[in-house]
Amino acid sequence: MDKQALLHRVVSRQGSIVPFTFDGETLEGYSGETILTAILCERAVLRQLEFSTEMRAGFCLMAACQDCWVWTRDGLRLRACSTPLSHGLDLLSTPPIMSEA
Amino acid sequence: MPTIVIIGAGPAGMRAAETISRAGLVPILIDEAPRAGGQGYRTPASGISIDTHKLMGSQSKKYQQLHHDFLSIVSSIDYRPETLVWAIENNTLFTLSHNTIATIQFDCLIVASGATDRVYPMPGWTLPGVFTLGGMQLSLKDQGCAIGKKVVLFGSSPLLPLVALQYKNLGVEIAAICDTTGFAGKISALPSMVFSPGTFLRGLSYLASLTLSRTPLFFGVKPLSIEGDHRVRGIRFLTGSGQEKWIECDGVGLGYGLKPETQIADLAGAVFEPDEDLGLWLPRMDQDGRAGKNLYLAGDGAAIGGADAAEASGKLAALAALSSLGVYCDAKQQTRLQNTVRRLRAFQRGLARAFAPPQQFAETLADETVICRCEAIHAGTIRKALALSHTPPEMNRVKAITRCGMGRCQGRMCAPALQAMIIHHANQSLAQTGRLRGQAPIKPIPLSAAGETAP
Repeated sequence: MDKQALLHRVVSRQGSIVPFTFDGETLEGYSGETILTAILCERAVLRQLEFSTEMRAGFCLMAACQDCWVWTRDGLRLRACSTPLSHGLDLLSTPPIMSEA
Repeated sequence: MPTIVIIGAGPAGMRAAETISRAGLVPILIDEAPRAGGQGYRTPASGISIDTHKLMGSQSKKYQQLHHDFLSIVSSIDYRPETLVWAIENNTLFTLSHNTIATIQFDCLIVASGATDRVYPMPGWTLPGVFTLGGMQLSLKDQGCAIGKKVVLFGSSPLLPLVALQYKNLGVEIAAICDTTGFAGKISALPSMVFSPGTFLRGLSYLASLTLSRTPLFFGVKPLSIEGDHRVRGIRFLTGSGQEKWIECDGVGLGYGLKPETQIADLAGAVFEPDEDLGLWLPRMDQDGRAGKNLYLAGDGAAIGGADAAEASGKLAALAALSSLGVYCDAKQQTRLQNTVRRLRAFQRGLARAFAPPQQFAETLADETVICRCEAIHAGTIRKALALSHTPPEMNRVKAITRCGMGRCQGRMCAPALQAMIIHHANQSLAQTGRLRGQAPIKPIPLSAAGETAP
C-alpha cells in the first residue's frame, strides 16, 4: 500500500495525538479529527474497490458519496470522512470477513 | 404545541430555527453533522488554528453573524446534531443517531438539506487524490488539510478561483485552473449578473489576484484524463485552442457547480419538475418555499441560490410555517424576503448559465470510463444498454438494467452523467429522460441499528 500521504496539514492543530491501527500498522492522528484525515495524512489509500484492484480514498468529503468506508476489526462499518478518530481504533481497509479469507 | 421539525443546520435551517424560536415555539433541528453551519459556513474542528476571517474574506461578517445569532437561541431549541433522517412515512421521520434508530412525529416539516457538487466523470476520476471541489474546500476549512502539494482545479464553477486562492494563501502550489467554459459564455450571462453586482465583482477580483500571481488559467478546456498508478500523477486536457496539455499534480479538485440534495423532499412528497435550462429536476414550490401540505423547502436543497438566499429562504419558510399555524407574521417582512430570495436565485441562475456543465462530453467519453463509482459501471456498458433499448430510455430503467446509480450513494455522484448520456443518445428532453427516484434509506444504515429502537 502507498505509504506516501495523500493529504497535507497546512494549518497547525492543537489537541492530543492518539495512536490507532490501520490494517495492523500503528499510526498516529489527532483525537477528534476525521478518520479520513488521520489515515490520509499517513497513507494514500483508504480501501480497495470490491469489484477490482482499484484503490479509493474518498471523494466528496461531505458524507454523500460513501466512497470512504473503512471497517473496525469487529465488523462495524465507518464512513471515514465523518467519523471522529479516537484512541486505539483498530481499522481495516476491507471488511474483516473478507480480510480473513 | 405543534411539532415543527427542521432538517439541516446550514444557513437556511439555522435561520429557520431562529425565526421559529423567536416566535415562542421550540423547533426540533436535526443535522447529520456534529457542528452547525452546513458545508459552506461550517466552523472548523476544534484545535485548528485557521483564520476563518481571512479564509472567508468578504463573507466573513455574514458567517460570524449567523453563528452568533444561532448561539443565542440554540439552548432554547431542540437541536439534534449527528442525527441522520433516513426515511419519512406519513408524518413520521425515521432517524439514526449513534447507531440507534428513533422516530419523530411532526406537524410541520422544513427541509433545508443543502447541496453537493455536481460532477461529471473523466477517465481516472476515481483515483486517490481526486476530490470534489467542495470536498477540497472542506478538507482545508474543516480539517486544516490540503488535498496535495501541487493541485489542479478542474470543471466549470465560480468556486474554482475562490478555492484556488484559499489554497494558495496557505502555501499550496496551484498547478492550473482549468475551466471547461469559455469567456464568451460568461459575457452572455452578464445581464442576469446585475442582480447581484457585489458577488460578480468579488468573482472578478479572485480571478485578477490569480492572474497577478501568474497562476496558469485555462478557459474552454476539454477533459482528456487524470492519470496515475493508484494515485494522481497528472492531468491531460485540450486547451481552448485544441492543444493537448499535460500538467503534473498530486491532487485534483473536480466540480461543475452544485446540485440540490433532494432525497428528503422527495420522500416527504414534493413534486418535481424538470428545469431544462439548468439540467436539474427541482421541487415545485411557491415563493415562500411551500411544497406541500405542511412541507416547506429552503436553501440550496430547494433551489441553488447561495448562502445569502439560504438564510433568507430559511426565514421565509419558517414565517410561512408559522402563519399556517396561526402565528402572526409581518407581511412586509415576508414580501422583503420573497424579493431577496427571487433576486439571489435569479443571479445564481445566471451564474449556472455562465458555467454550464459540459453535457456534450457524454458523447466523447471513452467506453472504459467509470460512470458509477459505487458499482464500477463503465460508459460502454451504459451505451450497450441504450443501444438495445426499444423504447425511449428513462433513468430508472437504465439504472435497473445496468446498475448505474444503484450503489451506496444512490446516484448522487453519477446521475448527472447518466442523464447526459441518455439525453445525448436519444436526443430527448430532460422531462422525457426522468430522474432517479429517492428511496429509503436515503443513506446506508447498518442493519444492527434496526434492533436498537429508542423508546
